Order: sequence, then C-alpha cells, then structure tokens
Amino acid sequence: MTDQTQSPQTALAPATPDRWAEFAHLLRGNKITFAAVLLLLLLVLLALIGPAIAPYGATTTDATASLEPPSAAHFFGTDALGRDVFSRVVIATRLDLAMAFGAVVLSFAVGLILGPIAGYFGGWADTVIGRFVDTLMAFPLFVLAMGIVAALGNSVGNIVLATAIINLPFYIRTARAEVNMRRDLTYVEAARMAGNSPWRILAVHIVPNILPAMVVQASLNLGWAILNAAGLSFIGLGVRPPTPEWGIMVSEGAGYIFSGEWWTFTFPGLALVLAVLCFNLLGDGLRDLLDPRSRT
Amino acid sequence: MPLLLTLLRRIGSAIPSVFGVILVTFVLARALPGDPAAYYAGASATPDSIAQIRSQLGLDQPLIVQFFGYLGQLAHGNLGQSTSSGQAVLSDLIERLPASIELTLTALMFALIVAIPLGIWAATRPGSWVDHLCRLLVTLGAAFPTFFTALTFVYIFYFQLDVAPEPLGRLSEIYYTMPPRVTGLLLIDTLLAGDPEAFRAAFAQLILPAISLGLFALAPIARVTRAAMLEALGSDYCRTARAMGLSRGRILFVIALRNAALPILNVLGMVFSFLLGANVLIEKVFAWPGIGAYAVNAVIASDYAAVQGFVLMMALLFIVLNLVVDLFASMADPRVRYDD
Repeated sequence: MTDQTQSPQTALAPATPDRWAEFAHLLRGNKITFAAVLLLLLLVLLALIGPAIAPYGATTTDATASLEPPSAAHFFGTDALGRDVFSRVVIATRLDLAMAFGAVVLSFAVGLILGPIAGYFGGWADTVIGRFVDTLMAFPLFVLAMGIVAALGNSVGNIVLATAIINLPFYIRTARAEVNMRRDLTYVEAARMAGNSPWRILAVHIVPNILPAMVVQASLNLGWAILNAAGLSFIGLGVRPPTPEWGIMVSEGAGYIFSGEWWTFTFPGLALVLAVLCFNLLGDGLRDLLDPRSRT
Repeated sequence: MPLLLTLLRRIGSAIPSVFGVILVTFVLARALPGDPAAYYAGASATPDSIAQIRSQLGLDQPLIVQFFGYLGQLAHGNLGQSTSSGQAVLSDLIERLPASIELTLTALMFALIVAIPLGIWAATRPGSWVDHLCRLLVTLGAAFPTFFTALTFVYIFYFQLDVAPEPLGRLSEIYYTMPPRVTGLLLIDTLLAGDPEAFRAAFAQLILPAISLGLFALAPIARVTRAAMLEALGSDYCRTARAMGLSRGRILFVIALRNAALPILNVLGMVFSFLLGANVLIEKVFAWPGIGAYAVNAVIASDYAAVQGFVLMMALLFIVLNLVVDLFASMADPRVRYDD
C-alpha cells in the first residue's frame, strides 16, 4: 500500500510522498475517524462472513421461542416466528451494504462519464446534461425513487437502480465542476499542444485528478444510500419477507411496539444507525484528509 | 419593484423544471412493465376490452401524441382514476394534501426553531460544550432513519410513558368532532370552529410525527448555520463593527445573522427534499392520512395513476417551496437578484 502512494502517478494527486504518514497522523489526531474505520472493517467482515458466524439461520423458525426478550441464547431476542433477531441482523449486513455499494458504484461510474463530458466540452453537451441534472433535482429525491421503483417494478435490483439515479446529480455536479476547473490549466494546455485527443486528455490527465473529490462524494453518499434503500424496503418495496434486511425488519418489528416487544425493531434500527454513522464519519474524515481547506 | 421582477424571472426559470417533471412522470408511466392497457383493464379483461382501453387511453397513438394528450389532461386537472379508491386521483390527493402540509410545515418550524439558535450558539463558543452538543446532534440526526426515530418515540412516549396519544392519524374521531374543513389544517380549523379541546388533541397528535420528521431536517440547518455564523463572525465587517463598539447582540443578530442568512436559505432546498421524502415514511408510521401514506398504499397496490399523480404533486410542491426560498434569498441578499 505504501509503495503505491509513493509512486508519482498516484491517483491521489498532487502526490505527496508522505500521504499515508499524514493519514496515520490524522487518524491518530482524530479518534472518531479511527473508530469509523474500525466500524467499517467490522461491517465489511460481517458482510463477508455473516452467514457463517450467525448462531442461527436467517429463516430458522422456532415456534416454542417466539417473541422472547434478549437473553444469553438470543442476544437480540426473537421475533414473532421465533427467528433469532441477532442472526438476522448480522446476516442482513451483506444485503444492506451490497445495495448501498451497488447504488454508489453505479452513480459514481455514470457520474464519472457524464460530469467530465459536460465540464470539458461545454456547449450543448453541458446544456443537455445540465438539464437532466436539474430535472432530477426538481423532485424530492425519495419521492422520485418511489416513482422509479413503482414504474420499473418492485425488486431489489430496481431499488439499487432508483437509489443510483436519485444520487446521480451529486456525482455529475462534482465531476463537472472539478473538470471545468482544470480544463484550462497549463498542464492540460500542454497536453493539448502535444496533440493529445480530448478523450485522452480527459481520461489520462484530468479524470485521475478529480478522483479524490469523487471518492469523498461517494463516501458521504454511502450513508444516504443505505438510508434510502432501507426507507424503500421499510414501506414494503424491493426486499420481500422472509429475506433479512434492516429496513424491512424494522417494519416487521413495528407491529409489536404496542405489545412492548421493543427488541424486534430496535436492533435492526440500531444496525442501520451504526452503518450510516460509520459512513458519514468516514466521509467527513476522508474529506479532511483529501481537502485540507475544509478542516476545521 | 426589482423584487417583483426577480419573482417573475424566478417563476419563468421554474418552467423548464415543471416541464421536465411532467416529462419524467410521463416517461415513468410508459416504463410500466407489461402492457399498460392490459394492466388498466384489470384481471378479468378480454382481448376486446383491452383493445378498447388501449384506444381509450390513446396508447395506440405515437408517443409524442400521447405526451401532448397527457399535457392536455393535466391542463384539465385530470390525473386519472385511482384503481384502489375508485376516485379521481386529483380529488384523492387534494383531500389528503393539507394533512401532509401541516405535518411538513410543523416539522420545518420545529427544525428551524431548534437548529438556528443552536447553530448560532455553537458558533459563538467554538469548542465549548454547546458546540460539541451541536456536533453530536448534527451527526446523530443525519444517521437516524426517520422511521426508526419515529418508532422509538412511539415506543417511549406512547407505550412506556403514555404521555403521547395513540399514533393513529390526526384526531381521534371517537372523542372529538372533526372541525368543518376551511383550510384543511386542523390546527387552524379547530380554532376557527372554536373548539380548543380538539385543537389541543390535534396538536398532541402532531407533536411526535413533527419532531421525528424535524430531527432529520435539523442536522443540515444547524451545520450550515454554525459554519455560516463562524465565517460571518470572523469577517472584516464584524471586526469593524466590534471596533466601532456596537453591542454584542447587534453584531450577532443584525450584522452576522443577516449575512449568514443566505447559506441557511440555500440549504433549505435540500431540507425540503428531505422533508417531503421522509414525510412518506413518517405518515406510514403514524397512520397519518396524508398523500405520503396514500402513495405507499398505491405503490403496493400497483395503482400507478395514483403514484404518478403523487410524484407529480410532490415535485410541483417542491418547486413552489424552492421558489419561495429563492424569493426570501433575494430579500435577504441583494446580490442574489443580480445573479444570472
């Protein structure tokens, strides 16, 4: 890892040889970001090996042990069908993270194509892409996501797609602004003089330099993507029972509030909070690292 | 006068957005999986009735003709028929809109009343406990899903402490009479009807949903207020004002706050987007009879005309709210009037 950042053509330009040292220093100085990094590792680990370490199966029912409060046998209690809430929360990590990452990767990729085209070429390309962005932003975003899922069909894939579409404007805007800023810089002029095609200039000389800003955008966006996907499944879209997913588990648990079985909705809800918190703090930390101007 | 001109220009600049919104809702309707005619015809349709519905809906026409047909229908206030309620979508939505507006505006007011003083206070004492409290609230507020906050509140304040009323709708009609509908906003209508008991009950019903919704909006407002006030207080003009011996209160609330108003107003656009979206989730939790809960049922029931009408109405509402914010922004800061 260290070698990579010390090579001059690193993506995180302007390259400083001691970026990882700086990162380590910042982490030491910022315990919160450090905690967020640890939390991220835990979440990713759970997503990878969750089903293997969960004490019970995600859909294993036990009619003799329904709606039991948290105990040594069931850390987070059991739901109405006697399923172990702890196991379901752990196993759901994979699906929730996958939906959020999937959506973010999609909008990141599309934004990284459309944004630079708008920012570099300007003219009608910029106008068309700008109009597209304005139109998406004219909707309350969650409402647009509901409309998209309703139109395309009620499936997990369409939840990811809808989440990606509503977040697209932020990536396009960031990429466009960053490219626009660099379009007439001396090194880009030089590349142009040397006879590089516009596409080559974009791909080789400009886009790598806007990656840090885009990565910050993506990490700040991950928490929002989780909230959005969980919100959609909370209202009954996408994920279907008995699939374990945090949003739908909160929704299922909500029915037991009036009989006092708080654990059925609280633990999946807290899992959501932890994941979103983790990504938001990570995004803030990353922004501090990559954009020293915004450090407070 | 320049204000009026700004208003007209802003309304003019919203027209492409309105057009775009209509286009998107139209495209979404065409993206429905399967044959819309078969879908609208229902389960017991024959090929004949499907063909009839197809020509009735104009689905055998070219897309562009269909689009103009859709525009014509919208111009006549026709959003189609809801298959689940059997009513015209527009009258369904108008019936339920005041409930959503009352909830959203109350939540916004709660967020503003808490977030702005908190942000100002934190900015005047950077690094103090208030600043840390502000940061904690901002961080947690952005991380708690609204529906989870809402359920937690219901559990604590209704089930455990029993200080909140049952989270079912706007007013319990078993104990209170619904006031005659004037504005549709219960807090106003109950007062107009001279029924303070019902007012109190309606207000009690509103508190938990409005606070759960408002907490989510609180985070961005407090964060921006703090940052904008910090910048304003550190500026040359505030230093000058201090050097001239102006009172602390005057510097803080007149000079600095006025300059910080613009970023705060600008973030409101995003806040409205949050609020109108999260509204749907809150309405589901509290069985709130607004357009969000209506849309959730419509989506589940594949009642597409209703969903389409809902998306369109929310988007138009959002555009109008943004216009209002723009207008306030140009009142707060003359520079905005000359922009673009």
